[in-house]
Amino acid sequence: MSLQFLADGILVGAMIGLGAIGVTLTYSILGFANFVHGEFITWGTYAALTLTSGIGLLVGQDMAPLGPFSIGWPVLVAGLIAMVLTGLLALLLDLIVFRRLRRHGNAIIMVMASFGASMALRSLVEFTFTSEPAYFSRELQIAMPIGLGIRLTADQMLMLGLTLVLVVAMQLLISRTQLGRAMRAVSENPALAQVAGVDVAGVVRLTWMIGGALACAAGIMAGITVQIRPFMGFDLLLPLFSAAILGGIGSVPGAVIGGLIVGLGESLAVQLIGANYRAAAAFLLLIAVLLIKPTGLFGRRA
Amino acid sequence: MLDLIGYGAFFLVTALSYGLICLGLNVQWGQTGLFNVGVAGFVAIGAYTSALLTTPETAGRFGGFNLPIAVGWLAAMLSAGLAAAFIGAVTLRLRADYLAITTFGIAIVIQLIAVNVQGLTGGPFGIGFIPRPFASLAGDALAFNLANLAVVAIVTAIVFLALDRLTRSPWGRVLRAIREDEAAAASLGKNANFYRLQAFVLGSAIMGLAGAIQGHFIGFIAPENYVSALTFQVWAMLIIGGAGNNRGALLGAVLVWALWSASGPLIGAIFPPEQQARAAALQIVAIGVVMVAILLLRPRGLLGEATTVSRHVDLAAEGGEAES
Repeated sequence: MSLQFLADGILVGAMIGLGAIGVTLTYSILGFANFVHGEFITWGTYAALTLTSGIGLLVGQDMAPLGPFSIGWPVLVAGLIAMVLTGLLALLLDLIVFRRLRRHGNAIIMVMASFGASMALRSLVEFTFTSEPAYFSRELQIAMPIGLGIRLTADQMLMLGLTLVLVVAMQLLISRTQLGRAMRAVSENPALAQVAGVDVAGVVRLTWMIGGALACAAGIMAGITVQIRPFMGFDLLLPLFSAAILGGIGSVPGAVIGGLIVGLGESLAVQLIGANYRAAAAFLLLIAVLLIKPTGLFGRRA
Repeated sequence: MLDLIGYGAFFLVTALSYGLICLGLNVQWGQTGLFNVGVAGFVAIGAYTSALLTTPETAGRFGGFNLPIAVGWLAAMLSAGLAAAFIGAVTLRLRADYLAITTFGIAIVIQLIAVNVQGLTGGPFGIGFIPRPFASLAGDALAFNLANLAVVAIVTAIVFLALDRLTRSPWGRVLRAIREDEAAAASLGKNANFYRLQAFVLGSAIMGLAGAIQGHFIGFIAPENYVSALTFQVWAMLIIGGAGNNRGALLGAVLVWALWSASGPLIGAIFPPEQQARAAALQIVAIGVVMVAILLLRPRGLLGEATTVSRHVDLAAEGGEAES
């Protein structure tokens, strides 16, 4: 068996992990399983795609790829703007829907509203962009051997590097800064944090912004290395939830490691039973965690 | 005129089969507060089980036992109930929204099986030649639709009356007690997880039955009938009709299905033919917006839950005190 599946698993896993950070943060700080997260991925990616073509129109035809990569600088600029926009979309949804439901204090109603909102948002993308797959670039990439019989494209290596940077930055933010401390306090006990002078509303806004931006980043990576479809976020939801629960709700390193395990599990399933059953791997891992250690690898007791 | 009655009967058969799914969901969500995001999966299990048992033998596919339709329907309830028992046993003891995530997962896995395990499910092409009740009347659309409507109406009435009775029984009150205050119910010696499991299995069995009825009425099932849009429609029906109220569940089903059926031709009239597949997505957007709006503005739905469900308490004495 070629070791290529390890590389594929890590690549997919890194992307799942990046998305799962947002899931785990909203879950622990806002207290509900947010089904809209998949739509942040989709909307963010389509926003980046639209911005990329917008930049292309503005600057003329100078869209040559950078160095060995398939994408040019417009994708990177568009990606950064799209991350901000997706964060704002998350804030907007919170303003219209979730903030008002939070007052009732029923988490399950919030899960339900997120389910309804995700369905509406996804169908809106399908209406606007049709269900035809889209691509950031039509450039062909040649996979280079990196040893042990594993081949990676330049794009894939760039994605792995960017993921690593984002994950480390997130972990530092949560563990080393005052903001991170405030986030952890709200996740432990919102009322107590409020009394202690933590700006709970601000932490909630920050959580939405970060979750949305990271979802967008994960989506752009999927868009560059695979393709862009209206259902891309929906199809990632189950792996994201599995990764977040596997790693332990609230833990950023847990989400990333959970993502890697789910990604490796998926590529192992592809290797052993076939690509059709990829999604089943995430489900089996989820059931296994819930049976054996429901708090996850790095979770606190609920 | 006769055409209109025939169409009305056809419409009501479909609407009532959705109503049955809603009744099942109402046992889970309305009475017990269990959030099932895998409704489509349980409906699919019922539809496929009954189809496998009742279809004539087919080359290259497992099943085809040619059994009577009633056997298929009972087996549909049983298999959907068993799947629910498995999922429930794993998740019901954990955080409430883990059930949402796991049921979401099982619906995806069932979809995978339906599409990929050709030897069992017929793959993407689905299963055809499912025996239809009163097939001998099929030449006469009016008689066929009316006869089927009678069957579906009777099944729905039985399920409705049974559930209404259960809601008012001590069992139903325990479910509500657990939903409202689990600690209080537990302190009275009620095993919350076991009651939740019972409600979850019962609701899923009803969904399986509804799936089987739909499959037998159309005579054909395919994986794309059981995608998350179905789950979503059923949820919208229950939320709009009024969760916790069996009449609300049926009302919501008929109402949302009527809007859904009417908006199809409307989209056909507004958009050019090549855009119609795309515009169909707008139907889901509309339902999603309505559902979120109802959650925000009128969380109790059109017909809210009755505050008092015991025969032993005087309704007048309770007054109009609203339940949250």
